[in-house]
Amino acid sequence: MSASRKTGHLTRRQFVASGALGGAVIAIGCAPGKQGNWEFLSEDQARTLAAICDQIVPADDFPSASQAGVLNYIDRQLVRHFRNHQDDYRNGLEQVQAMSRKRFGQDLELLSQPQQLAIVSELSEQDRTFFELVRDHTMEGYYGSPRHGGNRDAVSWRMLGLPEPPPLGRSQYDLGKGSPS
Amino acid sequence: MKRVNAVVIGAGAAGGIVAKELSVAGLSVVLLERGKWYTANDCHKDDLRNQRTTVLGNAFGPEDEGNPRVWVDAKGIARTVLPSEGSYQNNAACVGGGTLSYGAQAWRYLPQDFRMKSTYGAPAGSSLEDWPISYNDLEPFYEKAEYEIGISGDYSGTPFHGPRKRPLPMPPLPPGREFGILEPAAKRLGLHPFHIPMARNSIPYNGRGPCMRCRWCVGFACEVDAKNGSQNTVIPIALNTGNCELRTECMAKEILTDDRGRARGVSYFDENGHLQEQLSDIVIVSGCATESARLLLNSKSRLFPDGLGNRHDQVGRNLQGHHYTGAVGFFDFETYDDVGPGATIAISDYNHGTPGLCGGGMLANEFIRLPIHMIDRLPANTPRWGLGHKQAMRHWHKRTIVIMGPTQQIPTAEGRVTLDPTVKDKWGLPVVRFLGNVHPHTFEIGEVQAKRAQAWLKEAGAVDTSLMSYKAEMVSAGQHQAGTCRMGNDPQCSVVNKNCQIHDVDNLFVIDSSVHVTNGGFNPVLTIMAIAYFASDALVRNWKGTGFRS
Repeated sequence: MSASRKTGHLTRRQFVASGALGGAVIAIGCAPGKQGNWEFLSEDQARTLAAICDQIVPADDFPSASQAGVLNYIDRQLVRHFRNHQDDYRNGLEQVQAMSRKRFGQDLELLSQPQQLAIVSELSEQDRTFFELVRDHTMEGYYGSPRHGGNRDAVSWRMLGLPEPPPLGRSQYDLGKGSPS
Repeated sequence: MKRVNAVVIGAGAAGGIVAKELSVAGLSVVLLERGKWYTANDCHKDDLRNQRTTVLGNAFGPEDEGNPRVWVDAKGIARTVLPSEGSYQNNAACVGGGTLSYGAQAWRYLPQDFRMKSTYGAPAGSSLEDWPISYNDLEPFYEKAEYEIGISGDYSGTPFHGPRKRPLPMPPLPPGREFGILEPAAKRLGLHPFHIPMARNSIPYNGRGPCMRCRWCVGFACEVDAKNGSQNTVIPIALNTGNCELRTECMAKEILTDDRGRARGVSYFDENGHLQEQLSDIVIVSGCATESARLLLNSKSRLFPDGLGNRHDQVGRNLQGHHYTGAVGFFDFETYDDVGPGATIAISDYNHGTPGLCGGGMLANEFIRLPIHMIDRLPANTPRWGLGHKQAMRHWHKRTIVIMGPTQQIPTAEGRVTLDPTVKDKWGLPVVRFLGNVHPHTFEIGEVQAKRAQAWLKEAGAVDTSLMSYKAEMVSAGQHQAGTCRMGNDPQCSVVNKNCQIHDVDNLFVIDSSVHVTNGGFNPVLTIMAIAYFASDALVRNWKGTGFRS
C-alpha cells in the first residue's frame, strides 16, 4: 500500500508535512478512487466507505457526501482525532462487504442504488454502533467547516443559505444602526 | 523565588478579579494559570473545534493528551474520559478561563436563589441549603462587576429581579429577528420578556469597540474583543499595577502548609515541567469547582491527611451545574437572520413560584446555530439520514427557533468530585473522579421548563415543536460547575466561611464557583464575579501589612 501512495517525488504525507499549500493539496487530493491519496484508508476501504456515506447524504441538486469530500475529512481524522476508531472502521467496513457479498454476491459499491440502500439500512439495524459512528462523521464532514477537508467549496452552507466565509461584521453590518445594512 | 503576599491559582472569572483587587490594594501577587493566554486572533470560527462543539477537540484547553478524568456510571463502571468528551465536564484552561469563550450572559441571581431551603424546604435526598449571605450583601458587588467588566442589557421589561441601585452601564444591542417574533408572543402569554444582560459591548466601553454582530460568540474568542472576560478587563489592570505577575502554563501540584497548619505557598509545575515552589502569605484557590476541589484533595500532609479543608469530608460534595432543557420550534417562515449574538430575549417569570417545584429557571433563545447542531434537532418524524434528512436540513435550518434555559439544580451530597485512586495526569497527579447523579427533582423541573418553552414557541407561530428534555445519567457540571467547596457558617457541613476562607486554615481561600451553595436558574458568571469582589473586599480590609489575621 505504501508504494501506491507515492505521488510524484513525495508521498502525500511528506508533501503536506513540508507545509507547502497543505490546504490546496488536500482540496485536490480527495476524489474517491484516485490512487494514493489516503492517509489511513486503503483504496478498497475508501470505495466501500464512499458508498455508505453517499447513502447517508445522497446527491440531489447538491452534491453527495463523497462528492463534497467527506471521505477526505474522515480519512484525515482517522490518523488524528479519531485515531481510536481505526479498528472500528477496519472491522466495520469488512463487515459491510461481507453483508453485501452474502446478500447480493458483489461488493457494495458495485450494487445498484436500491441495493446499496438496502445494505446500509441493514447495517443501521445490525451494527448500530458502527453505523452511528459513520453517520456522525459523515454529517460532520458534510456540514462542518471546509477547513477540515469536507464540505468542499462550502457546498452545504450554500445549500442552507449561509454565508461563506462566516460574516465579518465590520464588512456586513452598519455598526451605527446595529443591524444588517 | 521571591516570596509574595498572595498566590492566586487560576486566572478565570474569579481569579482575575481577586488578582486585580489585591494588586490594586498594594499586595504583591503571583497569578498562576495552567493554560495559555489567547487573544482575539485565536477566534478561528472553527465549528468543529471550539469550546462548545468539541468534535475535533477543545480550542481553549485542556488538550486531550495527558489530562484524563474518570466518571463512574450508575452501574458502578468507571470510565476514563478525555477533555473533549461531554462527560469530562470541561470548562476551559486558559487566561480568562470560561470567560474567554463564553456566550457572556451576565445574570444576577434572584433574592430567593440565596434562600432555597427556607423558601422550599430540602427535598428528600438533597443537600439544598441557604447561603450564609444574601442578595443584599452581594448587590454592591454585582454592580461593581457590571461596571468593571462591562455589561449591556435592559432589565426594565421584567419585575423579576432583585433591587438594584443603578441601571446597567450599557444599553442592549438592537433586537434581532427572533426577538421581534418572540417578544409579542411572550406578552400575549402574560410573560415579561426583556433584553438579556450580556458581558458584551453594545457601545464603546473600557477602551474597546462594540459587538460587530456576527454570531460566533459561545465557544469562541471574540474576533473584535467586544466580549468582556477577565482576560481583557481586570487581568490587564492587575498587570499594569506592577504588583502582579501572571505565570501561564503553570499547573499547581499542591498547597504547602507549615507545621502549624497554615498555608505557606504552592508547589507547581512550570511551563517546562519543572517543579517550583512559590511561597506566600496567603493562598487563593480559583480553579473552578472541579479543579479547585481536586487541588485541595491533592494537598495532603500530616496535619491534613484527607486534604485541605476536608476535615469533615465536605470538599468535592454538592457538585452542580445546570440541567438544560427547552424546545425547538419550526416555522413556515424564515426566522434566522444570522445577526449576533443570537441570544437576545429572555424571561425570568418561571424562576420561582410554581407550586410543587423547588425553583425553575430563566428561558432564552439560543446563540449561534451551526449546521452541525441542526443535524439532530429536526422535527420528530425526520429520518436520521438519507435524502429525507438532507432535505429537512435545507428546509428547516433558517425556519427554526430554539428556546432553552438552565434549570436550577437540586444539589446532593453524593454528586461529587473525588480523586481517582489510580489514574494520573501528565504531571503524575491523581485526577478528578466524578460520583453520583443529578437529584431526580431537577428532572421534574426541567420537564416543566421544556413545556413552557414549547408553549412560547407555539404562541409565536411554530407549526411544529419538539421538546429538548432528558434525564442525565451522571452528575452535571460542565461550564456552569459549582458547589464543591460550599460556603457556610457551620464547619461541619461547609468548607469555607462567608468570606471564602477555609474554616480551619485562616490564610487559605477558595474564591470561585466552588463556594456556591446553590447555583441559581441562570448562567452563574456574574455571581462568581460578584463573590470574587465581595471576598476580595473582606480580604483587603483584614490585611495587616505583611500577614493576614482574620
